[in-house]
Amino acid sequence: MLTQLSTNQDPFENRNRGTRKCRRKKMGLVGKGFAIVAADTSAVHSIMLHKNNEDKIMLLDSHKLVAASGEPGDLISFEFGGLIRVEYVQKNVSLYKFRNGIPLTTAAAANFTRGELATALRKNPYSVNILMAGYDNESGASLYYIDYIATLHKVDKGAFGYGSYFSLSTMDWHYRSDMSVEEAIELVDKCILEIRSRLVVAPPNFVIKIVDKDGARDYAWLQDVTTAAV
Amino acid sequence: MSIFEYNGSAVVAMVGKNCFAIASDRRLGVQLQTIATDFQRISKIHDRVFIALSGLATDVQTLYQRLVFRHKLYQLREERDMKPETFASLVSAILYEKRFGPYLCQPVIAGLGEDEKPFICTMDSIGAKELAKDFVVSGTASESLYGACEAMYKPDMEAEELFETISQALLSSVDRDCLSGWGGHVYVVTPTEIKERILKGRMD
Repeated sequence: MLTQLSTNQDPFENRNRGTRKCRRKKMGLVGKGFAIVAADTSAVHSIMLHKNNEDKIMLLDSHKLVAASGEPGDLISFEFGGLIRVEYVQKNVSLYKFRNGIPLTTAAAANFTRGELATALRKNPYSVNILMAGYDNESGASLYYIDYIATLHKVDKGAFGYGSYFSLSTMDWHYRSDMSVEEAIELVDKCILEIRSRLVVAPPNFVIKIVDKDGARDYAWLQDVTTAAV
Repeated sequence: MSIFEYNGSAVVAMVGKNCFAIASDRRLGVQLQTIATDFQRISKIHDRVFIALSGLATDVQTLYQRLVFRHKLYQLREERDMKPETFASLVSAILYEKRFGPYLCQPVIAGLGEDEKPFICTMDSIGAKELAKDFVVSGTASESLYGACEAMYKPDMEAEELFETISQALLSSVDRDCLSGWGGHVYVVTPTEIKERILKGRMD
């Protein structure tokens, strides 16, 4: 990594990882009846950019979004490992719906995910940071922050990665509860602008997804840099 | 930085006259970054026993779930609530089970026992119980808490005075610790009622 904000001996690994934070940037916030999640779209392998339009926000079911980010591993790109775990959660959420006839609530899905991460923590830890956003008819929109060591917390605004240092502060200042979609998108844009202007290894492209009573869907792809055509 | 200081926490419990108070800070952090200012560290096991867990937040959540599970099972089998002393022994046993790969938390347990006698105790991460007659502390701000409690504590305080004392002790201690703070959460439990209050302190 070009800059190390903190060196941290990860207690659950033997290797000295350098820093837990990485370039994979995720952020999310909750508005009036909706939740928005934004992520960068760079697929990175050591110093090389595989692709810059990688979708890291997966649909867990019709009304849930999961943004998962992994740590840079030694040889393997952990992004891949992270997405496998999310697929596992995705399939289990569907299984519940088939078995019981009703879908899981966002809180239940978040707690299930945390349970999986926590069980694996002392055996075969997943290094995946997750932001789970969802909409339930009874409780409205919600956002859950799940750390790579399985710390779960329901939040109004959350972010992972180096970019979180900039976006959390920007959101702390501008965020109000019950923002409209336009205001929330403006705030997300402000955060992305901050990351682009102040983060030395800022990813160029982002994807924004939204979940509300009509379901989870893409909102926008901010693609400033596209790869050269072969 | 030690793993116990990864998330930051401050927890204190105090004994009063036929009542007890248990308080914690509200910060959830990841080393230097604050993630949330409304993290719940104190959990009710039943109306007369509370446990507050300091240390690594993931283990706080896992351990809390395990303890609630064990207590519910106890309730089904014995058709009564656990006494605080019994519960403390249970927590100690559960922690020692993981002696060579421990849960990275330090619990503070407070409860009202027989004859409304208040009971408090704390433990280290492998279940070494520490009973006290006056107050127990835990977390990243524990050293400040020891000082503040020692200075402010008086025996046999009534519920209102106990609340004031524990609140002042907590707030002044977390102000000296960068990893804990962002308000306080206090439960004052008497034989007849449980009063839950949120404190507003320095929000930094």
